[in-house]
Amino acid sequence: MRAFEYRAPTTLSEALKLLAEAKGEVRPLAGGTDLVPQVREGRKRPTMVLDVKRISELRRLEYDPGMGLRLGAAVSCSVIASHPQVRRYFPALAQACALVGSIQIQNRATVGGNICNASPSADTVPPLLCLDARAFIAGGRGQREVALESFFRGPGRTILARDELLVEVVVPPPPKFSAASYMRFIPRSEMDIAVAGVASLVVLDGGRQCQEARIALAAVAPQPSRAPEAEAALQGRPLDAKALEEAGELAAKMAKPITDIRGGAEYRRELVKVLTRRTLEQCLEALKRGPR
Amino acid sequence: MATSTKTRQFGPPLKRGSVAPKRAQAPPKKPAATKAPGSVARAPSAATRQQQSTPKRAQTPPKKSIAPRQQSAPKQAQTPPKKSITPRQQSAPRQAQTPPKKSTAPQQQRAPKPAQAPPQAPVQAVPPTPKAQPQRVNGRTFRVIGQRTERVDAVERVTGQAAFGADITLPGMLWAKVLRSPYAHARIKGIDTAAALRHPGVLAVVTAADLPPLASKGPVQLGELSIDVAALRELVLASKKVRFQGQPVASVAAIDPYTAAEALELIHVDYEPLPVLENALDAMKPGAPVVHDDIFIQNPGERRSPSNIAAHIEFERGDVEAGFAQADVVVEESYESAMVHQAYLEPQAAAASVDAGGRTTVWTTTQGAFTIKLQLCALLGLGQNLVRVVPLEIGGGFGGKINVLVEPLCVLLSRRTGRPVKLVLTRDEVLRATGPGSPSFITLKVGAKKDGTLTALTGRLIYDAGAFPGAPVAAGCVVGLGPYRVPNLRLDGYDVVTNKPRVQPYRAPGAPQAAFAFESSMDRIAEKLRLDPLEFRRRNAIAVGESLADGRPLPPVGLKQLLDRVARHPCWTRPLEQERGHARGRGLALGCWLGSTLSSACHLMVNADGSLTLVLGGVDLTGTRTAMAQIAAEEFGLEPGQVHVRVGDTDSVGYTDVSAGSRVTYVMGAAVQQACQDALGQLGERAAEQLGAGAGEVEFRAGVFNLRGSKKKGIPYLELARTSLRRGGPVVGRGTASGLPVAPAFAAHVVDVEVDRETGKVSILKYTAFQDVGRAVNPTQVEGQIQGGVAQGVGLALTEAYIWTRGALKNASLLDYRLPTALDLPFIATELIEAPAPDGPYGVRGVGEVPIVPAAPALANAIYRAVGVRMKALPMTPEAVFMASHPRAPVQEPAASPVAGR
Amino acid sequence: MKQPLTFTLNGEERVLYVDTRATLLEAVRDYLGLTGTKEGCGNGNCGACTVWLDGEPAYSCLVLAVEAQGARVMTVEGLAEGGRLDPLQRALIEEGGLQCGFCTPGLLMMARSFLDRHRRPTEREIRGAIAGNLCRCTGYDKIVRAIQRAARGQTPPQAEG
Repeated sequence: MRAFEYRAPTTLSEALKLLAEAKGEVRPLAGGTDLVPQVREGRKRPTMVLDVKRISELRRLEYDPGMGLRLGAAVSCSVIASHPQVRRYFPALAQACALVGSIQIQNRATVGGNICNASPSADTVPPLLCLDARAFIAGGRGQREVALESFFRGPGRTILARDELLVEVVVPPPPKFSAASYMRFIPRSEMDIAVAGVASLVVLDGGRQCQEARIALAAVAPQPSRAPEAEAALQGRPLDAKALEEAGELAAKMAKPITDIRGGAEYRRELVKVLTRRTLEQCLEALKRGPR
Repeated sequence: MATSTKTRQFGPPLKRGSVAPKRAQAPPKKPAATKAPGSVARAPSAATRQQQSTPKRAQTPPKKSIAPRQQSAPKQAQTPPKKSITPRQQSAPRQAQTPPKKSTAPQQQRAPKPAQAPPQAPVQAVPPTPKAQPQRVNGRTFRVIGQRTERVDAVERVTGQAAFGADITLPGMLWAKVLRSPYAHARIKGIDTAAALRHPGVLAVVTAADLPPLASKGPVQLGELSIDVAALRELVLASKKVRFQGQPVASVAAIDPYTAAEALELIHVDYEPLPVLENALDAMKPGAPVVHDDIFIQNPGERRSPSNIAAHIEFERGDVEAGFAQADVVVEESYESAMVHQAYLEPQAAAASVDAGGRTTVWTTTQGAFTIKLQLCALLGLGQNLVRVVPLEIGGGFGGKINVLVEPLCVLLSRRTGRPVKLVLTRDEVLRATGPGSPSFITLKVGAKKDGTLTALTGRLIYDAGAFPGAPVAAGCVVGLGPYRVPNLRLDGYDVVTNKPRVQPYRAPGAPQAAFAFESSMDRIAEKLRLDPLEFRRRNAIAVGESLADGRPLPPVGLKQLLDRVARHPCWTRPLEQERGHARGRGLALGCWLGSTLSSACHLMVNADGSLTLVLGGVDLTGTRTAMAQIAAEEFGLEPGQVHVRVGDTDSVGYTDVSAGSRVTYVMGAAVQQACQDALGQLGERAAEQLGAGAGEVEFRAGVFNLRGSKKKGIPYLELARTSLRRGGPVVGRGTASGLPVAPAFAAHVVDVEVDRETGKVSILKYTAFQDVGRAVNPTQVEGQIQGGVAQGVGLALTEAYIWTRGALKNASLLDYRLPTALDLPFIATELIEAPAPDGPYGVRGVGEVPIVPAAPALANAIYRAVGVRMKALPMTPEAVFMASHPRAPVQEPAASPVAGR
Repeated sequence: MKQPLTFTLNGEERVLYVDTRATLLEAVRDYLGLTGTKEGCGNGNCGACTVWLDGEPAYSCLVLAVEAQGARVMTVEGLAEGGRLDPLQRALIEEGGLQCGFCTPGLLMMARSFLDRHRRPTEREIRGAIAGNLCRCTGYDKIVRAIQRAARGQTPPQAEG
């Protein structure tokens, strides 16, 4: 564990200036639930830790029926999970936020941190991918936005340049007659990293046909990603048991899991199949209860 | 029925620390169920046996003359018997070696009758032993014993005031950190500490070169077990070679923990990596690399060359060939279990201060302050009068906090710097390098007749000791077979070294591994015979007095009552509710643990207001103070709140062995009872004097010393206490207990599970743990022990395992070493059976360990009934269950029969 | 590197000069000597270090001390007001919901906070709430019962949540 400087700027411009001028390695700190142990155990060796929790732009959590959800990068999972409009319009995101570790973790961990840590198994990412979320990035050379799916470049790696910060994630309002769900599989009932995670979103046309389906996977590829073949297989079809099963198999086929201490590749594929079907079923259940 | 037990073990014999009973050399008695009054013939625990068995080899002429055995013999001379007392190990062989003469031939035993007449609790396992002591008389009513007395030390614990290992701060204190080997097996070619020593804020760096040469070789007593002092030294600081990843190579003391951590990065160690042995099966292969070049075990006639087999233990009786010939069904299967950790929530922590006069004080979190002291003295060559060990509160031990690890480093660094030094391990270090439980490979072959009668059993039990010898395989052999009567038997146990952390005891050491194999096999054979699994076990249950695997007779214990209780309990009789689409099953398994007894001491001070102060030599793991307060209160006719119980340091009370082996309440309880009797005796004498009577004429009842048989007004205890300082002086009661016979414990667990066929995940729907507890001094605490044991058993059954890649531990955190969370367990129902132990205070027997034993096989048996897959390896993770039950897995035999499928 | 830090601990203002590497847990334990809060794992997987940070339970081993600038921190030492045990502390004692007691302080901080927000929790809700607090001694049985007991003693629910 190397000594480091700690800074907690209160404005975005101050933070960007610190990032731009820093000589050594700067690590932005939001909830700290990943970074603090990484630093303390010597897995990351920053010279400066930049606490972004005091920057108002990163603490925003607002819903606008036209714009959708603006989700500041430093907002904690428990604030998101208990936010009435998140629960109403983005229940899959609320579900995922309530799965990140324990209550104590959720009180600190942020969606921004979960994204920037770029773990293939990040629970909050698959629902955001299904919801077509976009990432807003600020840096020395100005601002940019990207689709969240293109934010990741592999385990622990993102497109952020060393002078850039993730400011917020913007989630468009959910499509009409849609429902989404996130499920993950862990060996215990709590306090584990996903062996596999699947988010699904289903948009029904007026009847029982599937107008659009979106499926995103976690922990079964170097980064969380959508499963377009599985999505395409559902489009325009009635969502019967056979269709769901097929989607699951296609999603499993798409997955590129590795074998590691948390699970074997073959098992992970099986889990993708099961979780895809189960999340789709959950979507249909929700739509049965009353489509939005 | 002939029984023999053989051990071949290289190395010096391991001495036994506790004082041997007076009649250690008495001729063997018949394995009778009752014990003659005053008998002190003592049997060591199974765990002890393994360590003890070496010397016995030498003394008892082996049946076959085997050369290597003789070679190891001469070394035993190193333990000079103290005074006239015979070292205990000499008493061990006779029990094992002298077969009981067919007086209790198992064939004569009839299968138990169905439990139509349920015995009432407390059941009496045996006729009461004819003893004068009143507490042994059945039917005595207790005021305090058996009450759910609140923990006397609970308030400190719920307010954060209780001081655990890491909570100590001393003036001028330095912080230590440990540099550990990144290699699982490597030669240390050099260590350069110069840069670390130059780092600002660093005051000292020590390596193995700073440890004094060992004054003597041989074992250091760790209570139930012992460890070779040379191995202990290597576990503290490796000298020439590292043998597991995480083995300490240097330690630094600095002004704060951050500086100490920085300094570690400045120490340069030159390693020459060596081939790594990751599991015991590989280690046993001919031509395998050797972990030690001074361990030699080979079969007769083999060339003498180094090997990784540290001991081969054999238990044999009858004629297994003939036994299998009689069998109608034979089952042969192999099982394995992973390395698991005790996972006490509190990491090891200690502080030491060496004063200018050379007196050393150590504060530590341990299961035995005296044991720590003995190890420190042996390791550092210190006089036992110059070391004081102060036990702090212990945040869980489960067997894992017995050997020294951090304490010698603190002492060395304190001595070097002249300042107090504190060392607190991280969880990573705890998992890597403190000593987990032994992994195992077990193959069993079991034969039975159509009516269920077991005819023969052979087993090969391979236990992985990690980097230094000492796996609890002998205990595994004895307690695995424990609940069963098998006339023809052969068990081969192997203690094998590998490049993994050296194992330490973990709650019923060796037993859960064995039970998984034995109880799975028993279920399998019952199923093949279409017998109800409980009925099958009842037919084969060992009876009191019959021989255990090592030939010792089973002491009085309520196994039969236990099985009867299961047979009529709704958790067993009521059919498991099935639900469409849900795979559910019910499993049953038994567990046995013999426990240890060793020595305990205490003293009791009668205060002038009638209250008591009790100082214990043993550590309070979780409720000892309360139980002992209850016992003293019972004896004196007081309330538990009037007894203050303190855990003493090693300067303040008599030698006491570790708080382990399910021995604490049993043995310390006896010591406390004795201290009470001693103090009451002294007060009785004073009362007699005041009443003008002889001491023998006074009896103490309901708080008053009365003249026996007289209506004359007696003298209240309170009055004697009040006047004690003026009349007769201070009253101090002394209690020591040593060499009590083993009081075994049996448990039966019944569990209902649901398996998610699509993911393999096992959910526990209902869990009921039955246990013979002898006498529950405090039912709340006994239930707590059982529930905690079950939880650990569930952990090792379903989720916990060390994951290795070429000797590198891949999951050294509580994220991926998965203890059960509150969501992973249901309420755990407990059913206490009270079959008093004849020598236990009030009938107490040890309760702490056996509840971990049956959990894994009970779950495995339930999983089998749910999905038709027989799990052969622990842990039974979702992935393992899924892969086993998936079509690609080898085809399984059809699921349970209707009888067994409840 | 060291840095000044001012925060409120159990209602008292504290001023420290801390190593930036120190966790909030270390600040409370090693700098200020309140050792009731325990370190069981150091990386947010056991719950023994749970404190309230601005009223919300958090793992103090995952918070840098310097992050707590200006914050309100409450530890187990602040739970018994004026020496009177909190009903949950009482319930744990009465039910036998502690054995070694090492996980107890963190558990209390989590469970107390949970009960303040859930007046009539189900067993499953209780288990979920304390899933981030490992206990190795009890099997959780008597802990859950203690929380249920404390919940029964609470004033009837107003608005749940």
